[in-house]
Amino acid sequence: MLSSAPSHGHSLPSTATIYIPSVTNAAIRTEHLRKVYTTAPPKSGRGAPGIASDASRAAADRRGGSEIVALESLDLEVESGEFFGLLGPNGAGKTTTIGICTTRVLPTSGTAIIEGADVRTQSTLVRQRIGVVPQRPNPDSSLNVRENLVFHAAYFGIARSIANSRARALLEKLGIAERSEAKVMQLSGGQQQRLMIARALIHEPRVIFLDEPTVGLDPQARLDLWTILRDLHSQGRTIVMTTHHMEEADKLCDRLAIVDQGKLLAIDTPEALKARAPGGTMIELVLDGSGEALMLDIRAVPGVSSAEAKSEHGSNSVRVYSDRGGEVIAALVTIATAHARAIRDIHLAPPSLETLFISLTGRQLT
Amino acid sequence: MTAIVTDVAQRATAGRIFLALLRRDINVARRELPYFLLRTTLQPLLFIVVFGLLLPRMGYVGSAYKAALLPGVLAVSLAFSSVQSVALPMVADFGWTREIEDRLLAPISIELIALEKIVAGVLQGLIAALFVLPIARLIMGPIDGLTATHFALVLFIVLLGATAFSVLGLLMGSLVSPQQIGLMFSVIVAPMIFFGCAYYPWQNLSVFPFMKYAVLINPLVYVAEGMRGVLTPGMPHMDLRAVSAALIIIIAIFWTLGIRSFSKRAMG
Repeated sequence: MLSSAPSHGHSLPSTATIYIPSVTNAAIRTEHLRKVYTTAPPKSGRGAPGIASDASRAAADRRGGSEIVALESLDLEVESGEFFGLLGPNGAGKTTTIGICTTRVLPTSGTAIIEGADVRTQSTLVRQRIGVVPQRPNPDSSLNVRENLVFHAAYFGIARSIANSRARALLEKLGIAERSEAKVMQLSGGQQQRLMIARALIHEPRVIFLDEPTVGLDPQARLDLWTILRDLHSQGRTIVMTTHHMEEADKLCDRLAIVDQGKLLAIDTPEALKARAPGGTMIELVLDGSGEALMLDIRAVPGVSSAEAKSEHGSNSVRVYSDRGGEVIAALVTIATAHARAIRDIHLAPPSLETLFISLTGRQLT
Repeated sequence: MTAIVTDVAQRATAGRIFLALLRRDINVARRELPYFLLRTTLQPLLFIVVFGLLLPRMGYVGSAYKAALLPGVLAVSLAFSSVQSVALPMVADFGWTREIEDRLLAPISIELIALEKIVAGVLQGLIAALFVLPIARLIMGPIDGLTATHFALVLFIVLLGATAFSVLGLLMGSLVSPQQIGLMFSVIVAPMIFFGCAYYPWQNLSVFPFMKYAVLINPLVYVAEGMRGVLTPGMPHMDLRAVSAALIIIIAIFWTLGIRSFSKRAMG
């Protein structure tokens, strides 16, 4: 029985030599990507003629040249046409990953190939093929809204007549056409964000990177942006988005990578990830104290699949996973009272990316 | 063959992108022209009024001083409009606005982006000098060296001077943080002007031999002496070949340092 599998394997090599394994339909591929920020100022900087170095370097000096590992060793593969999410808390390495993929940060080691071009050796080629929406809108404030787009197109060598018609169409589509002659500083945060999206699209890139695009937007603007992003995705573009918003990641992305402290913790479709969330509903009780006896009693409650005590920042909490949803809460309250513990807070979460994230990292996302 | 074709195509694109970047800077500079001229030429113009008009008429300085002053005033206008037009926006860009990001995402090498800033700085330096020149001429009388035959030489020295200070602007703009910009002007720029032989010929510094050689590290000395050499050849001035060589060396040093710090700031 078992021998049939290897024999299938043996019949493959002839075809495998034709399909070079590393050339897949990947829009983005990173291998062992690592980034260490060395905060110590480079020696070459001292040759400068008596001009004080910038403040950040001075601060780094004080820290005695410590190193910050932003990315450990990241291996990612994003398929062409995929809507891919990078999910993780602040400091997880999301922005660094986007920075490297968009040629704006040099990796310490490892490779990143974007649409077949290496970020290190073919950075201009990479830039030609990508559009970037930054975390904080940074339009050119010396130019008006329309000029921001037309000039950006010119930076990609696009003829002015084409740039003009594309700019008009994009402003129309993104609902800011009536602001096209306005100064960018007169736009609202949401409008500036749309301008950034239009700018990222003006040269018709194959891959679009968005770094926390919905941070700072009001709920309506956020929903509008979701519609815009879904629309771009339906046109077949590859989209890579970072977020620490669970619902956003769940609703928009085809596939998600959960990253924390520079490491990839899980990568799959939102559905598959949610299915991996441990033992049903998570109930978190914040108590004024804990103890072994209390934990034993909690674990004995019918429906409780697992329970663990946590104590950090002077607050004690018990995290309980229940097969019967919130039904066990009454029993938990009774036990806490019996052990003379006051309950300060109760948090209940159905199996979700959030409960998976907490079980993977041991902490809340936001 | 294909490689060559792509290479040529890429270079043509790079050229087009470079011109687009330059068009943006010229566009913005044109809109801000009155403020730009006020910022960069008011100080030299006030100098002309006080030292070229008031003091000679009061009898405190001889009228011959006008001839020593004029090339220096033009040198200061040229140099400091070049350095400011490159450094000031760059300090803001790298310091907090990050507006330069849309240009750093252009499919062109980082060196060309920096070079474009230099070219834009040179153009703005030329504009400032061209603005000051007729006013200076009006107040201080005819300028010996400003003849058609001399024109190429004048332009050569002017271009070298503007380039040297634009490249210095690249270095300063990428090194200095926004908080230090005021300090930069009072600690670096002001001494540079006063010890830059702008308001007296270098050779007259023989009365202070130490200073005569110490000021040679100041790039403005060569611009002022060069202007003196081409505009008022009758005044004592440095040999123009020495001036040109010094400015070329200064450009090379500042470019090497400037492109390094610019790249470092540009890469996150």
